[in-house]
Amino acid sequence: MSSVNAAHSVVEPTPTSKRIAGAIVILYALVTMIPLAWIFLTSIKSPPDSISYPPKIVFSPTLEGYCNLFTTRTRQTPDYIQSLPPPTGTCDEITRSRNMVIAGPSNYWPRFGNSLVIAFGSTFLAVLLGTFAAYGFSRFRVPLADDLLFFILSTRMMPPIAVAIPIYLMYRQFGLSDTALGMILLYTAVNVSLAVWLLKGFIDEIPREYEEAAMIDGYTRLQAFWKVVLPQATTGIAATAIFCLIFAWNEYAFAVLLTSGSAQTAPSFIPTIIGEGGQDWPAVAAGTTIFLMPILVFTIILRKQLLRGITFGAVRK
Amino acid sequence: MAEVILHGIAKTFGDAAAVDDLSLTIKDGEFVVLLGPTGAGKTTTLRLIAGLERPDKGRVTIAGADVGRQSPAERDIAFVFQQYSLYPHLSVYDNLAFPLRSPARRLSSDEVDHRVREVARMVRIDHKLENRSTRLSGGEMQRVAIGRALVRRPAIYLMDEPLSSLDAKLRAELRLELKRIQKDLNSTLLYVTHDQVEAMTMADRIGILSEGRLIQVGTPREIYADPANLHVAARLGQPHINLLPVDLLPGASAPTGARTVGARTEHLEIATAGAANAEVDWIEHLGDQNHLHIRVEGHKIVTLADPYLSVKPGDRVSLTLKQPLYFGTDGERLR
Ligand SMILES: Nc1ncnc2c1ncn2[C@@H]1O[C@H](COP(=O)(O)OP(=O)(O)OP(=O)(O)O)[C@@H](O)[C@H]1O
Ligand SMILES: [Mg+2]
Repeated sequence: MSSVNAAHSVVEPTPTSKRIAGAIVILYALVTMIPLAWIFLTSIKSPPDSISYPPKIVFSPTLEGYCNLFTTRTRQTPDYIQSLPPPTGTCDEITRSRNMVIAGPSNYWPRFGNSLVIAFGSTFLAVLLGTFAAYGFSRFRVPLADDLLFFILSTRMMPPIAVAIPIYLMYRQFGLSDTALGMILLYTAVNVSLAVWLLKGFIDEIPREYEEAAMIDGYTRLQAFWKVVLPQATTGIAATAIFCLIFAWNEYAFAVLLTSGSAQTAPSFIPTIIGEGGQDWPAVAAGTTIFLMPILVFTIILRKQLLRGITFGAVRK
Repeated sequence: MAEVILHGIAKTFGDAAAVDDLSLTIKDGEFVVLLGPTGAGKTTTLRLIAGLERPDKGRVTIAGADVGRQSPAERDIAFVFQQYSLYPHLSVYDNLAFPLRSPARRLSSDEVDHRVREVARMVRIDHKLENRSTRLSGGEMQRVAIGRALVRRPAIYLMDEPLSSLDAKLRAELRLELKRIQKDLNSTLLYVTHDQVEAMTMADRIGILSEGRLIQVGTPREIYADPANLHVAARLGQPHINLLPVDLLPGASAPTGARTVGARTEHLEIATAGAANAEVDWIEHLGDQNHLHIRVEGHKIVTLADPYLSVKPGDRVSLTLKQPLYFGTDGERLR
C-alpha cells in the first residue's frame, strides 16, 4: 500500500495521531500517578521531612516510616539505651537514634490480614452468587424478572452508608459487630447487585445453543453450565471480581463504624497510626503503600481479561 | 438408529403458530429433508423432537417410546445447530470428544480417542485436530460440527441447515459427503434446509413445510413431478416454474375448474418454424446453462434453452405446452 493510501486509511491510525494519543495517555498517567508517587516518597521520608514546607523533593531516604508502621515503641532515657546490647537490625538502630526502643509488633499485619480475608471472601461470595443469579435471569423465565432486576439495582441507588445506623443496630443485635463474617456479609450484600448486573450482560452474550448442545449430548444443565458457560464467561467474571474487590478492599465508612478490634480492616487501622506529637505521616504513607499492593498485583494478573471485560462484550467476538 | 414419529405436534409462540399439527414418520435408516422458506418452523420442529421445546399438542415417539417426559439427554439424539455449532474455548479434538465425555456415557479415554480420530477422518478434519475451533474456516467448522454429531450413534441425527453458511462449491462437496456417510452408517437423519438442491440431492423423502404446516411428503421425484399445489410446485425447479393463464398457450387440455397452468422447461416446446406466438426477449448465459426469456402477450416465461437452438433476442418463435401442471382457483393441483 502506498503511503498516500495509508494516510487515508480508516482503520490504521496515522503516525501523527498515534503520537498525539500516546502523549495524552502519558500525560494522564502522570496526573493519576503523582499522588501514588507522593505517598511512596512520603513513606521513605523522615517525619520532619514529611511535613516540611515547601515540600522536599530531594531528601535522604529512610526506612523509619516502615519501622514505625510495623512496631510499637517506648521512649527511654539515653542512659538506658546506652546500656543495651548493640542493635540487632536497621529498625532497632533507627528507633534508638530517636531515644526509643521497640516494645513489640504493631497491629498492622493482623489488620492487613483482616482486609485480605474480608475483601477476597466477600468478592468470592458476591461473584459466586452473582454468577448464578445472572445465569438464572438470563436463561429462565423468571416471574417479574425486570422488576426483580430493578429492585436489585435499586440497592445501589443510595450511598450504602445511608443505612449505616440500621445496620449498626442490626449487627449489634446479631453479634456480628467487629467480626470478619459480618464484614464479609455486608460487602457481599453491597457487591452482589453490581455482580448480577455486570454478569447478566456477559452471560446474555453467550448463545444458549451451546448449553442446549451440551444438554443434548448427555450433560445436565449444571454440568453444561460448568463446562460450557463458565469458561466463556471468564472475562466477565474477572472484570466483575476486580470491581467487587476494589470496593471491598477500599471501603472505609462501614469499616470504621463496625470494626474496631479483632476484625478491624487496614483502611480503618491506618489513620489511627499516631506518632509522638501527632500523626506519623511516613508510617501512614508506608501503610498505604503496602495496602495498595494486592489490588495492583490482582489487576496486573487479570489485566488481559479486564481490558476485554471493560468493553462489556462490545468487541468480544 | 430408530424410527421417529411425530404425531400431530404443534407449537405456538405468543399468538403465532410456529409448527401446526405436523405429522411425519422418519423410518429407520431414512434421510428425510424438511424444505421450507425462512420462518416456516423448521428449527422449531427439530427443537421439539430434541426436547428443547415442549409441544403444545401432539406426541413424539422414538423407537416406539413416547419421549414427551424425557429430557434432551435421555432422548438419544444428536443435533447440529444452525449457528454456534462449536465451543469456542475448546480445540477441534475436544469439541469432537465433548459428546463422548459426558458423564452419562463414561467411555474410556482410549475409546474416546479412537472414535474422535475415526470421525475426524470421516469428515476430513484429522489434520486440524489440535487447532482452536475459532481458528478454522467456515467449511472446516461445519465439518467439525457434523463430526460432533457423528461421533455418537444416536437414534436420530437432527441437522439444522448445517451447510447454509458455506460457498456453493464447498456446499456441493459436503452434500455428497454427508449423503455418503449417512448411507455408510445407515443412519436415520432429519435434515432441514431452505435449499432445494440440498433437498433434491440428499433426501430419500422430502417434506415441504410452509407456515408450520407439512404440505406434502414424498420422494424428490414425486415432489418435483407431482406437486400437490402451487406452493410446492413453486419451491422446486430451476428456473422457477412459469405460472400462466390457462388459455395463453396452445397444447393445453385443461380439466374443468383449472385457472393456472404451471409450465417448467420440460413442459414447453419451442419451435422456430410454424405460427409464431412468442418473442425471445433475451438470453441469459449462466455458463453451464442458458436461460431463455420469452414474452407472450405481456407474460414473461423463463425456460432452459437447448444449446443447439439458434435463436437471438427479437426472434419470433412458436411455443406449445406439453402435458403441463394444472391448478385450480385455490392453488390445489388438478389432475
Ligand atoms: N423462541 C421463540 N419465541 C418466539 N417466536 C419464535 C421462537 N422461535 C421461533 N419463533 C417463531 O416461530 C416461527 C418459526 O421459526 P423457526 O425458527 O422454526 O423458523 P425456521 O424455519 O427455522 O427459519 P430459518 O430458515 O430462518 O431458520 C418464526 O415465525 C419465528 O419468529
Ligand atoms: Mg431455522
